[in-house]
Amino acid sequence: MSYFTARNITKRYAAHLALDNVSIEVPEQSIFGLLGPNGAGKTSLIRIINQITGPDEGEVFIGNEKLAPHHVDKIGYLPEERGLYKKMKVGEQALYLAQLKGLSKSDAQKKLRYWFEKFEIQAWTNKKVEELSKGMQQKIQFIVTIIHEPTLLIFDEPFSGFDPINVNLLKEEILNLKKNGATIIFSTHNMASVEELCDNIALLNKSKKILEGKVKDIKTAYNTNTYAIDFYGYSGSALALLPAGFDLISETQEDDLRQVVVKLPGQASQNELLRAMMPHVYIHSFKEIIPTMNDIFIKTVNESGNFSENI
Amino acid sequence: MNKIILVIQREYLSRVKKKSFIVMTILGPILMAALFIVPVFLSQVSDEVKQVVILDETGWFMNKFEDSERFKFNNVFTDLETAKTNLSENKGYALVYIPKPEVSVPSTAMIFSERQVSIDLKGYIRSTMSKEVENQKLGAEIMKEIRKVNPDFDPSNPESSNAGNVVSEEILKNIKTNIILTSIRMGEAGKEEKSFTEVSMGVGMFAGILIYFFIFLFGSQVMRGVIEEKVSRIVEVIVSSVKPFQLMMGKIIGVGLVGLTQFMLWVVLTLVIVTVFQQVMPDKLKKQQTVESFSPGTRIPAGAEAIQSMDNMEDQGSMDKMIEAIQSINYGVMIFSFLFYFLGGYLLYGAMFAAIGAAVDNETDTQQFMMPVTIPLILAIVVSQFVINNPEGPVAFWFSMIPFTSPIVMMVRIPFGVPSWEIALSMSLLVITFVAAVWMAGRIYRTGILMYGKKVSWGELYKWLFYKA
Repeated sequence: MSYFTARNITKRYAAHLALDNVSIEVPEQSIFGLLGPNGAGKTSLIRIINQITGPDEGEVFIGNEKLAPHHVDKIGYLPEERGLYKKMKVGEQALYLAQLKGLSKSDAQKKLRYWFEKFEIQAWTNKKVEELSKGMQQKIQFIVTIIHEPTLLIFDEPFSGFDPINVNLLKEEILNLKKNGATIIFSTHNMASVEELCDNIALLNKSKKILEGKVKDIKTAYNTNTYAIDFYGYSGSALALLPAGFDLISETQEDDLRQVVVKLPGQASQNELLRAMMPHVYIHSFKEIIPTMNDIFIKTVNESGNFSENI
Repeated sequence: MNKIILVIQREYLSRVKKKSFIVMTILGPILMAALFIVPVFLSQVSDEVKQVVILDETGWFMNKFEDSERFKFNNVFTDLETAKTNLSENKGYALVYIPKPEVSVPSTAMIFSERQVSIDLKGYIRSTMSKEVENQKLGAEIMKEIRKVNPDFDPSNPESSNAGNVVSEEILKNIKTNIILTSIRMGEAGKEEKSFTEVSMGVGMFAGILIYFFIFLFGSQVMRGVIEEKVSRIVEVIVSSVKPFQLMMGKIIGVGLVGLTQFMLWVVLTLVIVTVFQQVMPDKLKKQQTVESFSPGTRIPAGAEAIQSMDNMEDQGSMDKMIEAIQSINYGVMIFSFLFYFLGGYLLYGAMFAAIGAAVDNETDTQQFMMPVTIPLILAIVVSQFVINNPEGPVAFWFSMIPFTSPIVMMVRIPFGVPSWEIALSMSLLVITFVAAVWMAGRIYRTGILMYGKKVSWGELYKWLFYKA
């Protein structure tokens, strides 16, 4: 069951087409990766979801309802371009932003206390934002994004500006939010975190959606049936050992350890490869080469047309 | 709707709590009070004794004006023209001319001088004259009353009557005399202008300049606020909660309220400072009071005291005399239109300043857009100089109709008296224009605040007006 649906969205800015008939579906209580190179239209789509702009064509639904002004209180948005009022005190500012999302003052205060304690930043309540480090500011920003317990969360590059320890803290929080029922749209260029967190993705390029689906399915679809074997004790060409139809992709050597990467033909199983190799070499390791999201991203975008001009 | 109030609240509180606001709030009234107090104070401490010539055609006030440390009074008995010529030749300070009244008692006087006559001199002349006239009237009334009771009363023997009982409240009211004192400045070429006009000029120009500063000061605060939100990148967070238009209006209204607060505080604090000063140093500011008793021989204790106390009540110091002098201005209209143009002008320009703030990335980029916005404002101030000399002319009329200059130019005109239909038309035009300006600013704003790193041209701004939301 999908919680968020965008159907045939088109958005034009003067001569520039920002979104061209884009549809996405985000299942309830899942993390959805919205990917794409710079200028692909991600931010345009996110702004439409936030009702900062409206689509020229197409419809957006939250749950079963058409997107309406009252939905802003159900959405939490952490934009890529984010900041806080520098001269304002942390506590006042968080309270203000929470109230703007429809929380009552006392409610907001209670929740802020909880989160400030959890992130161990109570001491900062009466400091001005400009006195804080970037990482601290990011934490506050994260808190005010989720303070009103939104059912739909949009994170645009949430990890930028955090150190690895805080990135982990944040990842945990995001997974927690999902566990507690939130639906999350996650936009990033960091493909490792996509693999780690996302259930589904959509890949945009040049205003169009070029790829969509479950991360697992996409990776399977992009699987090339390629394996790498590290071994010792054979000095001849590895090609001579391979059964007919097996392609030797690469062959490297480091001291005594050699590695070959082999692409298996159609229905062949990896056992056949091992059987062919085992009598001749000491096998050190054997692994399937699974395409990373990074590879898939680059490959798909390149295939869909000149990516270079977008960089 | 709730959210716009939150925005207004934040904009208001964050500014009112600033140190600079508090400093300005305290400094402003001190400066303004100084404007009132220092000239009076200075005129008091000047050691030069000023020659004041009295030309009294009535003969009532012969030797009634007493020389003081600052003024020396001389009576002359020529005609007015000669006296005026003599005044400028002898470097006299002022000439007080008391014309012979047609029928009744003297009630008018004119002060001719080359420079502005100090307020305390005017106050002194006015009070001395009214006191004398009142004395005379009272004497006459009393004689009448006494004669009614005792026709054989002999004025040379006041003991023969029981006058204390005959002065009624009614008589006291009847004899109350208000002297109309007109001060006329003799120009270089013998041109005479009534100070009355000067007061109108002063009030109008003051109001106009106040509006000008208000618009500039707080309009640019709106602009800086918008730029701050853009630069700190908080704006995208905020517009995901409130509509850009709400954010913009919240900011404009919030800053406007800050301005009003500051203005009100200034007025109140200035009044407080002036009042306190008056209380602490009454001698300096109050005109010299000559507490004369009635001429010996007329024994009317009760009546005399009553008159003295009434007089003291009226006699609230020289500041009031100035205010009295500008009483011919219609204050209802003045205050209403001041607040109207104050707010109307601010809203119009505030919206434009907000749009500029949204269109640029930092304050240094504002130049190209600031020019066309500030030019009408500066023009309004320049034109005001002409308007003040010819408040009825076509220049005055048109510039007080054009909404971009009307808040200032109309305020300059109003103390001179402007037909109601002109004020109504000018106000309606202002309202229509600021609604239009707010609408356009809203469109530019909502596109501009999310646009980074782009030098925006006028053509671009024009296009933004027609973007779909």
